[in-house]
Amino acid sequence: MDWYPLWNSLRIAAISSVLVFFTGIFFAYYAARLPRAVKGALDVVLTLPMVLPPTVCGYFLLLVFGVKRPLGAFLAQYGIKFVMTWYGGVLAAAVVAFPLMYRTARGAFESFDQTLAYSGQTLGLSNSYIFWRIRMPACRQGILAGAVLAFARALGEYGATSMLIGYTPGKTATISTTVYQLWRTNDEGGAFYWVMINLAISAVVLIAVNMLEERQKKAVKK
Amino acid sequence: MSLTVDIEKTLGAFELKASFETSGGILGLLGASGCGKSMTLKCIAGIEKPDRGRIILDGRTLFDSEKNINLPPQKRRVGYLFQNYALFPNMTVEQNILCGLYWEKDRAQKQKELKEILHFLQLKGLEKHKPWQLSGGQAQRVALARILVNRPTLLMLDEPFSALDSYLRDTLQFEMLELLSKFDKDVLLVTHSRDEAYHMCSRIAVMDSGELFDVKNTKELFANPVTRRAALLTGCKNFSAARKISEHELEAIDWGIRLITDLPLRDGLTAVGIRAHYLNPKTPQNRIAVHFTRQLEEPFEWTLQFRCAGQKAESADLWWRITKDRRPNPLPQELGIAPVNVLPLYD
Repeated sequence: MDWYPLWNSLRIAAISSVLVFFTGIFFAYYAARLPRAVKGALDVVLTLPMVLPPTVCGYFLLLVFGVKRPLGAFLAQYGIKFVMTWYGGVLAAAVVAFPLMYRTARGAFESFDQTLAYSGQTLGLSNSYIFWRIRMPACRQGILAGAVLAFARALGEYGATSMLIGYTPGKTATISTTVYQLWRTNDEGGAFYWVMINLAISAVVLIAVNMLEERQKKAVKK
Repeated sequence: MSLTVDIEKTLGAFELKASFETSGGILGLLGASGCGKSMTLKCIAGIEKPDRGRIILDGRTLFDSEKNINLPPQKRRVGYLFQNYALFPNMTVEQNILCGLYWEKDRAQKQKELKEILHFLQLKGLEKHKPWQLSGGQAQRVALARILVNRPTLLMLDEPFSALDSYLRDTLQFEMLELLSKFDKDVLLVTHSRDEAYHMCSRIAVMDSGELFDVKNTKELFANPVTRRAALLTGCKNFSAARKISEHELEAIDWGIRLITDLPLRDGLTAVGIRAHYLNPKTPQNRIAVHFTRQLEEPFEWTLQFRCAGQKAESADLWWRITKDRRPNPLPQELGIAPVNVLPLYD
């Protein structure tokens, strides 16, 4: 049994959700303070990967990072290739999972009671203290829920991943590309096996999301 | 100790124009909701930026549009008690108060100050509670404690009693007055309640749709509000268009009567106001023939509505408020008004 797809999927999902966690929070925090018109435009751009078919996202990624494209060629000089590599999978998963983190975090930030930040400021607390010790804890549940959703989406990514990094056993294979590949080659048993693994992971993730939502509800009641 | 404010700010169709000075004691900002009271406080605290003007506190310039000075809220040393108290929900009472003491580096001193304020504001035993476990009055005291240990040079209270039920409100006003008398800095109190303003403030600034139009001693403002909007804000119920006849006599046009005034009349008189409490059947001056139309029973008072004999048909009924034990039976045919209680209004 080759466990590589599981390891590769987890690695891609973990790294991309860490990336998405910070960039999502960053954009959510700044977007929440932008004027309405700018926010609307930025919102469209940042949410687009969520509504586009993942293959279309993969197409755009190839347009930018393809080895014959300017940026792709430039990066290739330094040995960085996003096409047909496992870390290309990180890029694909991050792009597709980003809107989930961004949207949930923004929702949490927007429901934050701004007077808490104001009162911190009038007390003389620094803006970074207010952000990390008051705003983030108050929005904790929403941000965590966003992170879990982003991780789940990154783990299940298929479309953009298969466009950008394809399927090479032991190199770029992930759970979802493996399921497709095994089915295509009439290995029904192998496909079923990986499907069960995927189901198990998804169940754990969903239970985690539900528990977070429960705690959020309790926190609101209090 | 003084605060000088002279600011202007435009927000869409709303224009804020506020100019006043404090000189010790409690200054009230009285106005209807949405008139710009809270916006004024936010400008002083540095949360909102005025378009023009300046704010000077104890000789320190906090904001000056001409000199391009705009201190961040952190540097202004202004204590701001928010309407909802703004306690940090993820921290305990103790941690909340310590946020106001962040500047004290000496551990022992910090603990000492914490103990003192907990004792002073009767918060002992609540140190480990989270804000959601506190009653309205306790939450207010924690918020005050957090501000007081921060040693502000000015204290601003934004509708401090509006989040409390009426019983608690009355008791807390006594406590707050006592506490503020020990705080030897200037205090700004925002309220829409004339009672609160009257109880708490030595001077009152009246605001209406973004404009701060008058600052006066409390008693003087209630005795002679001068403008119709100030009369309205201080609770005057009866208004009529008016015309000056002589230095101490005016004609209340809507009511079809003449009234003698104690205050000498100026030219430009436009209206006259009479407070509902100041009508009295035993007062010999300014007698008006009246007939009663409606009545409303309150716990300790009667509100009686009446019309004057020669009153214009389109003008509103007048109000008379009287405590229950003083209500005459049967109701009188005539009411009088002491000349000192006839409020001449200009604007």
